[in-house]
Amino acid sequence: MKTDDLVSMLASQVAPVARGAATHRLVLALMVGVPLSATFMAIAFGVRHDLLEALFLPMFWVKVIFPLAVAAAGFVAVQRLARPGVRVGGAFPAILAPVLAVWVLATIAWVAAPADARAAMLWGQTWRACVISIFVLALPVFVGAMCALKGLAPTRPRLAGAAAGALAGGAGAAVYALHCPELTAPFLAVWYVSGMTLPVVVGALLGPRFLRW
Amino acid sequence: MPRINTGSPSTLSDTETALRGLFLKGLAGDAAAYHAFLRQLSSHLRAFLGKRLFGWPDEVEDLVQECLLAMHNQRHTYQPDQPLTAWVQAIARYKMIDLLRAKAGREALHEPLDDDLAVFAHSAIDASDARRDLGGLLDTLPDRQRLPIVHVKLEGLSVAETAQRTGMSESAVKVGIHRGLKALALRMRGDK
Repeated sequence: MKTDDLVSMLASQVAPVARGAATHRLVLALMVGVPLSATFMAIAFGVRHDLLEALFLPMFWVKVIFPLAVAAAGFVAVQRLARPGVRVGGAFPAILAPVLAVWVLATIAWVAAPADARAAMLWGQTWRACVISIFVLALPVFVGAMCALKGLAPTRPRLAGAAAGALAGGAGAAVYALHCPELTAPFLAVWYVSGMTLPVVVGALLGPRFLRW
Repeated sequence: MPRINTGSPSTLSDTETALRGLFLKGLAGDAAAYHAFLRQLSSHLRAFLGKRLFGWPDEVEDLVQECLLAMHNQRHTYQPDQPLTAWVQAIARYKMIDLLRAKAGREALHEPLDDDLAVFAHSAIDASDARRDLGGLLDTLPDRQRLPIVHVKLEGLSVAETAQRTGMSESAVKVGIHRGLKALALRMRGDK
């Protein structure tokens, strides 16, 4: 087939295209993924029984807002990486900023705490479950975001996969925060950050293969 | 050798404006504008890729076709607030790197790929023959994709007529075209 014939074929009776496809698909992924993840958390782990009281604790809000900020920056990054020729701009620093803020907070808390209290701040009572739980709760959004990306056109698939991981990791950690009883910054700085990093790594590994087009 | 027209900077931004105008009309469903857009786009792609693939002149037309199909399939990822040049160039470069990887391993990537926003600087109107048998690849698609493409996109029947002739529903015809062109792009990629 000659190129002119291909051009004629592609242009023939071409259908109108809806605007904002990249954002729509990602929003859809979130609208399916987050409720799924929250339902799974409520059934398998249980919402923390003192949730109402926790609403008055500043650290509870840090624990929810910090992963949400990661997810929001991840969303912007994925949304840009899904479209050819769009620069990622400040979205990557914006993914790291909340993590750095929690690390600063953790360092301050660590230094201020008496030496014999530090181990308890770091390990809490649930560190064993934390990383893998966040990863599991990140999966619905991760799968949704990767499928959304598959229908778009990421020209840097490794970065796009990693950004999808950040979006999913942030969403999963925010959902997990509604179950998790821990309230110390060092715990968040190590275990939450690890839990969110895991999907980023998986996304970066899967991206080049799965997102090729 | 393809005929190469060199554009000055002012005609470059004129080209961007003109092509973008045609493309936006095409996205709204104006087939004539979209046809004009794709024709001009293919000349620019031919010159852009020809210059960069001088080691493999035979590959140029195949890659032009692959880029055209990719841009058509991914046209929903273009947003009107974005320069068309950047969008076109990102896809052309992605497809070229894909080809170079398949072709020559990593050495080929040392070729400078970073001259910015030059994709509309030249156009080459004369197409050499594509080596890949696109018609043959089309024949390998399953009927539910092949027939809608053949009837609607090649023979120019309406979706309704095609539905009647094939016994498919109208939405199945539309889905068949959409998925078929995506499958065709996949086969083009696997073909090199």
